[in-house]
Amino acid sequence: MNAQITPDISPQSSSILIESIALEADSLVKRFGQVTAVNGVSLELRAGECLGLLGPNGAGKSTLIRCIVGRVIPDAGRVAVFGFSASSSEARAALGWVPQELALYPRLTCRENLAAFGSYHGLSGSKLKESVAWCLDWAALTDRAGELAKNLSGGMKRRLNMAAGIIHRPRVVLMDEPTVGVDPQSRNRIFEMIEALRGEGAAIIYTTHYMEEAERLCDRVAIIDHGRIIASGASEELVRIAFASRSQVLARLAGPPGDIGAFVERHAGQLVDGVAEFTIEHSTQIAGLLDDTARAGLELVDITLRRPNLESVFLHLTGRELRD
Amino acid sequence: MGLRRDRAALALSFILPIGFFSIFAVIFGGRHDTMPKVSVLLVDEDQSHASRQLVQGLQREGSLSISLRPASDKKGAAPLPEYTAATAEAAVKAGDAPVALIIPRGFGQNPISFGRGNSTQAIQLLNDSSDAIAPQMVSGLLQKAAMTAMPETMAEQGMKYTGEYIGGLTPEQVKRMNANLDQMRQFESSRDSAAASPASDASDSGGLIAVHSRAVVGENKRNPMISFYAAAIGVMFLLFTASNSAGVLLDEVESGTLDRVLSSRVTMTTLLAGKLAYNTLLAFTQLTVMFLWAWAVFKLDFFPHIPGFLVMGLCTAFAVATFGMLLASICHTRAQLGALSTLLILTMSSIGGSMFPRFLMPAAMQKVGLFTINAWAIDGFTKVFWRDLPVRELWPQVSVLLAVGIVLFALARRIARRWEIA
Repeated sequence: MNAQITPDISPQSSSILIESIALEADSLVKRFGQVTAVNGVSLELRAGECLGLLGPNGAGKSTLIRCIVGRVIPDAGRVAVFGFSASSSEARAALGWVPQELALYPRLTCRENLAAFGSYHGLSGSKLKESVAWCLDWAALTDRAGELAKNLSGGMKRRLNMAAGIIHRPRVVLMDEPTVGVDPQSRNRIFEMIEALRGEGAAIIYTTHYMEEAERLCDRVAIIDHGRIIASGASEELVRIAFASRSQVLARLAGPPGDIGAFVERHAGQLVDGVAEFTIEHSTQIAGLLDDTARAGLELVDITLRRPNLESVFLHLTGRELRD
Repeated sequence: MGLRRDRAALALSFILPIGFFSIFAVIFGGRHDTMPKVSVLLVDEDQSHASRQLVQGLQREGSLSISLRPASDKKGAAPLPEYTAATAEAAVKAGDAPVALIIPRGFGQNPISFGRGNSTQAIQLLNDSSDAIAPQMVSGLLQKAAMTAMPETMAEQGMKYTGEYIGGLTPEQVKRMNANLDQMRQFESSRDSAAASPASDASDSGGLIAVHSRAVVGENKRNPMISFYAAAIGVMFLLFTASNSAGVLLDEVESGTLDRVLSSRVTMTTLLAGKLAYNTLLAFTQLTVMFLWAWAVFKLDFFPHIPGFLVMGLCTAFAVATFGMLLASICHTRAQLGALSTLLILTMSSIGGSMFPRFLMPAAMQKVGLFTINAWAIDGFTKVFWRDLPVRELWPQVSVLLAVGIVLFALARRIARRWEIA
């Protein structure tokens, strides 16, 4: 299934629209041998907006980010940052990149790491000092400023990794799964940092395979799979377009596998990890499902009624779960 | 498991000992005819029959390489004038040869001293005291050559001394002796026309020819070999430090830091140039500490040679820093870098003179040594600290080290393109 949902850009005059576009990727293609990691991706990011790139591992999110930041040269397509080519010095100054790996100097302190990356972006003197202090504060690492990076906890390293990506105060920030491997408390802290950054007016592309993160942080979400954007828009809108007013029923059934399969097929559902999932227009349809369960000689272990979410949209569009 | 997966590192870990063993086998276990010849500059001021015979005898010595005149720079050019006592001494001072022999005027009148050598007629042996072996060897072979190359002179002189000390021979004895001397002269003439061959195995009689030895280089040095080893060992460890320091690049690739740096306004050329500057400074500091240690502990004459040290130190540091960067750019992992750098540095150090002086090596190996940074660096430091030569005399070493550094850096930059973009 390949539904394309149009981005919810409000109609505006073309000049205003051009000014408001922070980043534009047009028909990007990147192949590694026989594998097409990015397959004709186009997207726009407006100033101050947070766009979530939602997709499973290997969907092409990181390659797309690396194409934008200039670390991977696309085989086709182009990237513009505030109208400048991605390889231009203007684009580099405007872009901040938080890679998925902890790209830090382990034997330098937090402050030294930030100062090093700041100097790579051309900061020096009092400007560099101010920026380092702002970033330490933003990442809640001021009291650990003199600590070696290698001695920090996992969550702190993640925060320092993010701070190193925005040390030059970029207007467009690309965050590649910044919450990988962190505990819930640190994750919340990272969310607060991103929200603060948005408050400063930065435009953000945020890649994740966690639906909840995309729903919480992003104005718009682009769902990416096999290197292609298969849907994009505000998360509620994606759900509404994919499911309208329908809801999902998740039922765990016991009985002969053949009977369960026939039952699921009869009700146009699908089996995901042993759980039967059905889409219903009205809650009254649940009674019919329950009756048929009994008639088919199956035992209902438990049943849940769920409003569809981005995960449901992904499943609906690809037939697979986000974390497959 | 890590080593098994890294096949290049695995291969190098086996190649390393074999390669290193082979180098030492070539240096120390080579065939006899590849053993080093001692270069000797020879000046015959006497031009007598005896001195010419002695020159010919020395030229026949297989383990000596006798030069009567400097080699012409160009093929086919007119031969340069023969060495004089002054030019031969200057050549030893410049390091062209470790020993010069000067046969003085009047030598032929009284070639044998029998322990009461006449200093005005004694052969002058001028040597460079950095080579402790060459003068001893030349001195011994000189006595041997005298015994084997001038038999009739020996006999003639023997008769003279016999007459002087025991009252002379009878006319019949003198007649027989002269007949034998004629035969010996005929034999010598026929031998001179034949192809040169190694001297006979006559035992070294030592002391028959009066020899006056004089060190013309390093005679005032308090600790002769310290400057040599400070440079030799220093360069070897500089190479290790430089390759290890350049290996940071591989760490940055692995951690993703390099990607991040290159996404900023820093380009690969700027990054490598910055690392080159840092690594050069690091190597120079290391070298400075080493020489200061040699000054403090081993009384190396450091401070009068600071200009030469600065020039050689910076050029050497630059060359070794680029060498390390090239190795790091070639390798994919730290393990590969460790194995490759160990192999190359130990090889370069052994044939380049960091482990033992190049003049002890076979001639071919000495030439091979010129392909190493070690050899040029050691030669330069030797010029500064040993021969007390002015800075302008360092131009060959400076030129080579700078050229090597530029070429290696250009290669490293070219190879580093693989990290720039995917």
